[in-house]
Amino acid sequence: MEKHILVVFPHPDDESFGTSGTLAKHIQAGTQVTYACLTLGEMARNMGNPILANRVTLPELRRKELEESCRAIGIQDLRLMGLHDKTVEFEDQEMLTSRLRALIDEVKPSLIITFYPGYAVHPDHDATGAAVIRTVTAMPKKERPKVHCLAFSNGCEKILGKPDVLVDVRDYLPQKFASIRAHQSQFRWETSGQSELDKAVLERFSQERFWTYHFE
Amino acid sequence: MQLINPGMVQEMLDSLKNQDLYIHLEMTTGAYASHNDSSKFTASTFIHNGVVRYSQGSIAGFGPYRVGLKMEQGWVYSQGLTHFEETETDRLIMAGHDSDGKLVVALQLSRQPF
Repeated sequence: MEKHILVVFPHPDDESFGTSGTLAKHIQAGTQVTYACLTLGEMARNMGNPILANRVTLPELRRKELEESCRAIGIQDLRLMGLHDKTVEFEDQEMLTSRLRALIDEVKPSLIITFYPGYAVHPDHDATGAAVIRTVTAMPKKERPKVHCLAFSNGCEKILGKPDVLVDVRDYLPQKFASIRAHQSQFRWETSGQSELDKAVLERFSQERFWTYHFE
Repeated sequence: MQLINPGMVQEMLDSLKNQDLYIHLEMTTGAYASHNDSSKFTASTFIHNGVVRYSQGSIAGFGPYRVGLKMEQGWVYSQGLTHFEETETDRLIMAGHDSDGKLVVALQLSRQPF
């Protein structure tokens, strides 16, 4: 069992599709989860349909959606890191590393979940994963937590191989679907052409996949 | 956001001219455009809280709309604007949303930083 999981993603809703079931499963087993969300996704082009927000009001709406998603999953500790959407790769990287290091030193995670740098499509995802890897690499070997990464770029399995951590989350689909529904400005089943009841969706959503990051 | 009322936008453009303003100007195809469809191209750009001052600003078209702001040394231009925030009384919040409701373009002007 993991004692404490630190999740580091750049956008509200990054936690929903790939990790919410895994997190809910760990939380039910007694794990503490800290989620460091770097930005508020304030540059998202989805604003709901019908439109729920504008560029000025979107950050506050997404903050509320994120809090709702965390409640649905059971995440006990949400940290809003205050960066601006799309700018993670342009931020002062030393500042980012030292803030992540301070967070790691504070919560002492046994496991960190983040994006696999280079294989996570969105530049913020790649930059977030890279910052985590850089931070953990700089730690003494014995103190390093495990790092599990999400990857989904086209063809990533050809390079990374198959994910080595497969988590069966079928018993935690209610939490996962509630987390996804919480981000109503970003995703609605009604406009996806799919539903929570589709067999193919249930099948796909019942497993979450991670790659263990191997340092050196 | 409501569908643009060009008369209200023009009034706001007139009231904001000849003064330093903060601008938010952006256009985006979405960060996943080429990931979701390799025939698409991923591009986006924004200026957030740049400072501009224009002497002449107007809205044109019949919807979607265009806005042009004439500055001392150049222009600000935006095409594809569909929505605005009609409750805003001293700043202009405009955007262009596609048929799925996704934001494609945004133009905002304010005396205070966004």
